[in-house]
Formats: sequence, structure tokens, C-alpha cells
Amino acid sequence: MRRRSPWLWAVALLAYAFLYLPLVIVVVYSFNDSRLNAEWVGFTLDWYRRLAANDEMLAAAGNSLLIALVASAAATVLGTMAGFAMHRYRLRLLPVLVLCPIAIPEILMGVSLLIFFVLLNVTLGLLSVAIAHVAFCIGFVAIVVRARLAGMDESLTEAARDCGATPAQAFRRVTLPLIMPGVIAGALMAFTMSIDDFVITFFTAGAGTVTLPLQIYSMIKIAVTPEVNAVSTLLMLLTLALIVVAAKVSPSLFRTDPEASPR
Amino acid sequence: MRRDAQGGRWLVSGPPLLYLLVFFAAPTLLMVLASFRSPADFGGLAPLVDDSGTVDLNVEAWMRFATEPIYLRIFMKSIGYAAVTTVLCLLLAYPLAALIARSDRRHRDLLLLLVILPFWSNFLIRVYAWMIILGPNAALARTLNGVLALAGVAPVSLLFSAFAVLVCLVYVHLPFMVLPLYANLEKHDQALLDAAQDLGASAWQRFWRVTFPLSLPGVYAGAALVFIPAFGIFAIPDILGGPNDSLIGNVIKQQFLETRDWPFGSVLSIVLTGMALALAGLAAAVGRRGRVRA
Amino acid sequence: MALLEIQGVTRRFGAFTAVDNVSLGIAAGEFFTLLGPSGCGKTTLLRMIAGFDLPDEGRIVLDGHDLADRPPEARPVRTVFQSYALFPHMSVAGNIAFPLEMARVAAREIPAKVDAALEDVRLQGFGQRYPHELSGGQKQRVAIARALVTHPAVLLLDEPLAALDAKLREDLQIELINLQRDVGITFVYVTHDQTEALALSHRIAVMDRGRVEQVDEPSRIYGFPRTRFVADFIGHCNLFTGPVTANDGSVVTVAAPGLGPVRAAAASAVAVGAQATIALRPEKTRLAIVAPDAGAGLDAAATNRYAGTIHDFLYMGDVTVYRVVTPGGARVEALLANSTSGRAKFFEVGDAVEFGWPADAGHFLDS
Repeated sequence: MRRRSPWLWAVALLAYAFLYLPLVIVVVYSFNDSRLNAEWVGFTLDWYRRLAANDEMLAAAGNSLLIALVASAAATVLGTMAGFAMHRYRLRLLPVLVLCPIAIPEILMGVSLLIFFVLLNVTLGLLSVAIAHVAFCIGFVAIVVRARLAGMDESLTEAARDCGATPAQAFRRVTLPLIMPGVIAGALMAFTMSIDDFVITFFTAGAGTVTLPLQIYSMIKIAVTPEVNAVSTLLMLLTLALIVVAAKVSPSLFRTDPEASPR
Repeated sequence: MRRDAQGGRWLVSGPPLLYLLVFFAAPTLLMVLASFRSPADFGGLAPLVDDSGTVDLNVEAWMRFATEPIYLRIFMKSIGYAAVTTVLCLLLAYPLAALIARSDRRHRDLLLLLVILPFWSNFLIRVYAWMIILGPNAALARTLNGVLALAGVAPVSLLFSAFAVLVCLVYVHLPFMVLPLYANLEKHDQALLDAAQDLGASAWQRFWRVTFPLSLPGVYAGAALVFIPAFGIFAIPDILGGPNDSLIGNVIKQQFLETRDWPFGSVLSIVLTGMALALAGLAAAVGRRGRVRA
Repeated sequence: MALLEIQGVTRRFGAFTAVDNVSLGIAAGEFFTLLGPSGCGKTTLLRMIAGFDLPDEGRIVLDGHDLADRPPEARPVRTVFQSYALFPHMSVAGNIAFPLEMARVAAREIPAKVDAALEDVRLQGFGQRYPHELSGGQKQRVAIARALVTHPAVLLLDEPLAALDAKLREDLQIELINLQRDVGITFVYVTHDQTEALALSHRIAVMDRGRVEQVDEPSRIYGFPRTRFVADFIGHCNLFTGPVTANDGSVVTVAAPGLGPVRAAAASAVAVGAQATIALRPEKTRLAIVAPDAGAGLDAAATNRYAGTIHDFLYMGDVTVYRVVTPGGARVEALLANSTSGRAKFFEVGDAVEFGWPADAGHFLDS
């Protein structure tokens, strides 16, 4: 019987409140009939209507979506290969290259890629952003896939070989189906990270390309209206939906209990 | 299966390796190279080989960093902000992680998910939320200033201040401290604490002499996960900070996009990377030792 | 000519030698067991036959072909894994069909073969179930069916019954014996359980620390262990170690400490003075009460005779194991059936007894 002191509960509740209150305020004020995010005046869907008519915002959303689709697809393929290689073989260089982008401050990748693209005379735009996103998303997919492989029964691949399968057949018929939930979860993670990315996109997008986070940023800096609240709320809903899907597909992704069955 | 291991190895690890060499390692090396070049007249980088055919490499940008103390001061300030953020995150995350670790197995997944969920919302939204809360017309500022007015003190602005930057830094990085702490605390054996109590230790002593030392590897891991990103942050001071709250991230952004002195910006980035990697390496080394001991 | 020949195979992992210059010949249709404690190298050897590992020295030859260049998928050898290794995302039928698909058997022929395999292991109708719905014993049968469906030359079994409870294990052991006889395929079986090895095998190779100590039929392994290790590992054994005091070419006498001279029939050239061991199975020891009115005592055939006291005993239902202590401090185990008619009584702790055995009951060991 573990005694849970009320003091511990109090601080924990405070922490949860701290985590969620800001987000709740954003959502609530998106329905607020007032230009100032100061106090509640009345309910309105006006800001959402304006959002729907905001061409710049829609274009930015479209760009974000396109980049996220392309980047997450490429990152999933490359990340799955990386995760598999890191699990199966004893490598020294690949783990470092895969994990570094996640370990260092984002601004460093943004800046170095800016130099890279400019020196190679690559025009900054959707492509440069997508390339940058793939680079840092590979790590997330690789980690998820590697964890999934570690939890898989090793003797299954041996059994497949024993039954006459070549290594390629064993991977396709046995390993891949079993890690697929992890691959999908990794893909969803990559998609979310790409849609949400701000810092790296900021440096690699160039003048003419705007993604949703960049649009939000300029709105915050230039003219704050509750339209920002509205788009934020919608983005949060999208992210929540993606997480729910990821959890359904791969329940063990969010499981903390190591004794639970791996399905 | 020793013989065929080599062939498949390159087939599988090759593509991601190639991609990261080209789009991660190469840019980093180019940045190092850029730090030895000269800035072009309208910003960016001057050509590597100038009109007379000589290669233009110099250490001017590095000399500038070495001789102008203001930049080192900004690095120190950034370290300071990151350190304070880390400590505050630790104070807030520890009880939370402890509570989750002691909860029923069934509830733990949900409780952890609730901690991670805000992380999945857009980073800018989370910063923007604090703009609202700390805004001059919002309830918090008005109540505070009302109280201060009663005491005869001039009103303070919560927004565009070091306070706002710190609050948001803690807010954004809190989940990164909770997760490693939880992972560590979850493995603690309750029997150890029972034994300590049996031997006469009070609640505080049990925490300080048993729980905390065993949790140090988790503390170090969380500290690294908070400190390093916080060290290089620029969006939060950019949005919530005042003119005096520029951190090294802001200066780098400024150098690259406004002043456009790319060689100097590269120098600052390299120093930042070096410090970040050194800290990451330190955290990893300490974490490894801790695992052996505990 | 042996079907499967292991010739001088050695496998090292760094400074540790897992398999040390092992040579074995396994005949076609034989139930051959590798028996030994964990770490003795039996599983490593099995994996090398399957192709998951390659020997550092030596060759493995199947039906005249050296297997060295063949990866696991190209060898006519199938393995039943300890954890069954059933593919969780395929049905039972899917699992059994898998090797057939890999062997490019025509799709229309596969269902019939799968059904036949299920019949062989008495799991007809289980085709559409999934592995997580099966019990341990059923999983093991599916694993065997999957391994046998392509009629391999050799079937390797890596402690397949280890995870099952005792009663189930006994039932499946009998099934395995019958299956092997019906199917006629060579089985190479790995286990650390000596009673299982004795029950199932045509021949057993007892291994210790990478080496083969003895290869023989079960009855000879039990009755005539050639080394201390084999004697001690298989069943229980009294071991009397001491210097040889006499050797007339047909009987060797060893001076066992605390006991006295122990005679064993042996044709050995061991020199007087050398250290030697005589092994005695407890069931060959005879006990008799020492008392004036107790009757004849031990019969005359018991040329080794000693006096002692019952120190303790273990009642096991069908037999009792008595431990006797001599005045010199030597301890000897005697196993007596509890239902022999004509026996006087059970012995009690503290009873003064006479115990002994004939010279040919003990077994002289080389090492």
C-alpha cells in the first residue's frame, strides 16, 4: 500500500493545471466576441469565419500539409531503415547522425541548412523546407522502430529463415508486419513534428514560402487578433486526432507497463 | 549468420546514412567553413575565391568573438536562463513524476499521456497562450497591478520581461523533465523506503538519503533534455521578451537574417554547438556512471 | 554411413570455447539427444547444424554434403524452437503453410499438405486459430507440424518441452517417440533433463563444457558411465574416490576414505597408487539390520560389506532413499523399493545396519 501524501497530490494537480490552463484559455478566447484577449464578452464564431476567408492562412495551411505529407513519407522510409539497421548491426556513425538532430538546439540545424542551400544555389522554398524536415524526423521514426524491434521476439526471424525464407523474405513476411504499428506510429509522429515545426522552417523557407507556424508567428508579431486563437484551436484538434489514431494503431506506443502484452 | 550479415548491412543503413551525411553533416561542415570566410557587401558570404584568384579565408569573425566581450556575456546570460529553467522544471516535475510513479498501473498511462499531450500542440500556440495570460489587460496583470497600486508601487508589466521568458521556458520544457524522472522513479523498490523507515528515518530523510540519490540518473537526463534546447531557444525571447532579454539564439537569428554577417553568425553557432555537445556528452557520461552505481 | 556427421567442430566466443573439437555421427532415423547442463555447448552445436552459426573449425556434413556454404534457408534441416517461434500475425494454417510457400510449392497443393500435417500432430480443425489462442502443448505441436511439413532430412528440437508442466511433458514425450517412429525422420534433441533424455533417445551424447563425455544408448549411459561427470549427472550416484590398492586384472580395489576397501569388477590397467573412482547406483546397495535375531542379513554375494547407521531417509512413495553413515564418516545412499514382499521392515534413523553390494555392481571409472 503506497501512501500518497496530500501534499504530493496538491503539487501534482497544480502542475497539471499549469500545463493545461494556457491552452484552455486559447481555446476559450477563440470564441470570445472581443478583439482583446482580456476578458470574456460573449460567444461568437466570427473568428472562425474570418479564418475560413483568410486566403493567406489557407495557403499557409496547404503548404504545411503538403510539406508534412512528403516529409513524413520520406522520413518514415528512411527512419525505418535506420531503426532496423541500428537494431540489427553494431553501427557507430549512423546512430550519431540520426540522433544528433534531435539532441542539439534546432536553430543550429536551421542555420547550417540555410548556408548549405544558399551555397549550393538552391532556391529556398517548399523543397528546402521538406528536405530539412526529413532530416530531423528520421530520428523520431528510427527511435520508435528500434524500440518496437527490441520488443519483438528474435527467434521469429530465425524461424522464418529456418522455414526456408531468405533474409529479404523474412523481413517482408515476418518482421515488417510485426513492426508495422511502430512504423505507422513513427509516421504519425513525423507528420505532427513537421506540421508544428517553427525554428527550422523559419530559416529554410525563404521569403516567399509560408507555412502555418510561420503565418501564426507573423500574426503574433504584427497584428494579434483572436484569429490566431481560432487557428490554434483547429491545429490542436488535428494533433489530438492524430495522437488518438496513433494510440489506436499502436497501443504499446504509449504504454508504460512493460508486462502488458505487446499487441 | 555471419557471412551474409555484411551485404545487407550497407543496403539497409546506406540510404539514411547518405541522406544525413548530405543534409546534416555537410551543412554543419559548411557552417564551420563559413566561419572562416568574409561577409559579402550586401550580406551572406563573400565568394570563396575572389577576383584575383586567391582563396579568401580568415579568422576575422573568430577574432571578433574573442575580442568583443558582449557576446560572451550573452552566452553566459543564456546559460543562466537555461540553468534557472532547469532548476524550476526540476522542482515542478519531481512531485509530478513521483505521483505518477506511485499511482496504480492502470492510471499511469493516462497520467503520462496527459503530461505529454500539451507538448503535441504547436510550439507557437503555447508561447502565444502566455502572451494572453500575461497581457496588460488580462486578469492576472490587472489584479497584480491593483494590489501594487494599493501599496503605492508603480504598475509592472508582466509581458515583455525576463519573468515572461522564464515562465514560458519552464512551461514548454516541463514534459521533458517529467518523462526521464518518471522512468527512473518507476523502477525504485518500495522495499528500500520501507527498510529505511524501519530503521528510523523520517519522511524527509527517506527522500533525501534514499529516493533522491537513486533518482540522480533521471535528474541528469531530464536536466540535459531541458538545458540544451533552452540554451539555444530564440522564439520565446523574441515573442515574450523585452529588448534586454535577447539570448544567444536571438543574436544568431539577427546575424543571419537581419545584420546578415554570416561568418560571425557561424562562429556563434559553432560555439553554441560546441557547448551543447559538451553538455550532452557530460550528461551521457554521468548517466552511464549512475546506471552502474544504482 | 552416418546421415549427419559433425567432424571436429569447434566454436569460440572470444576467450570462451563453447564447443570444443566435437565429433559425432548420427544415423538416419535415429532419435539422438544432446544432453548436458546449461552452458555445455549443446544449443550452440544445434544452432550450427541449423545454420544460425558457423563453426570456427571443423565441418558439418549432411548426406555427404558439407553444409558450410549453405545459409539456414538452404539447409534441409528444420528447427523446433524452445519458445515455439510461431508467427503471431498468421493463423495456424498460415504458419504451417509458410515453409511450403518458401519452397515454392504450388498454391493449390498447399491446403492438403497443411491438413495432413495437422493430422500428424492430432490438431485437425485448428487451422483457423491464432497462436495466442493456443495452449503451450498445442503451440508445440503446431511448431512441430510446421517443421515437418516439408519432410526435412533432420529435425532439430531445442528443449521443446521445457516450458510445459510435468504431466503434459510426459504425455508429449510419448507422442514425440511415436511421431518420430511414424515419420522416420532423424531427430536431434537438446535437453538438460536427463530423465527425458533416457526416455526418448536411441542414443545420447552427454556434454560438459564444450566436450562430449560419452555417446551411448541410454541403458549403457546409465549403467556404465565412463566418467565422473556422466555418473554424477545421470541419476544419483555414490562416488568412492581414493588410491588404488590392488589390481589383479579382473577386480580393482580402491581405498575409499571413511569406508575401507571397495572392490569393483574391471579390466583396467590402472597402476596401484593412482587415484580412481568407483561409481555405485543407490538401487544396487543392499541394507540389512544388524541384530542377533534379524535373520541372515546380507547375502554372501555382497563381497563389499560395511557397517553403519541410518542417518536420515527420504520417503518418496514408491521408493525410499536411505543415507547411511559409517563410523569413518563416509556417507552412502541406498535406494530401496517400498513394496518388496518378504522385506522385514522400514529402517529408522539411528538403526545400526550392515550394507553392501557385489563386486560387479560398482563401476570403475577412468576419470
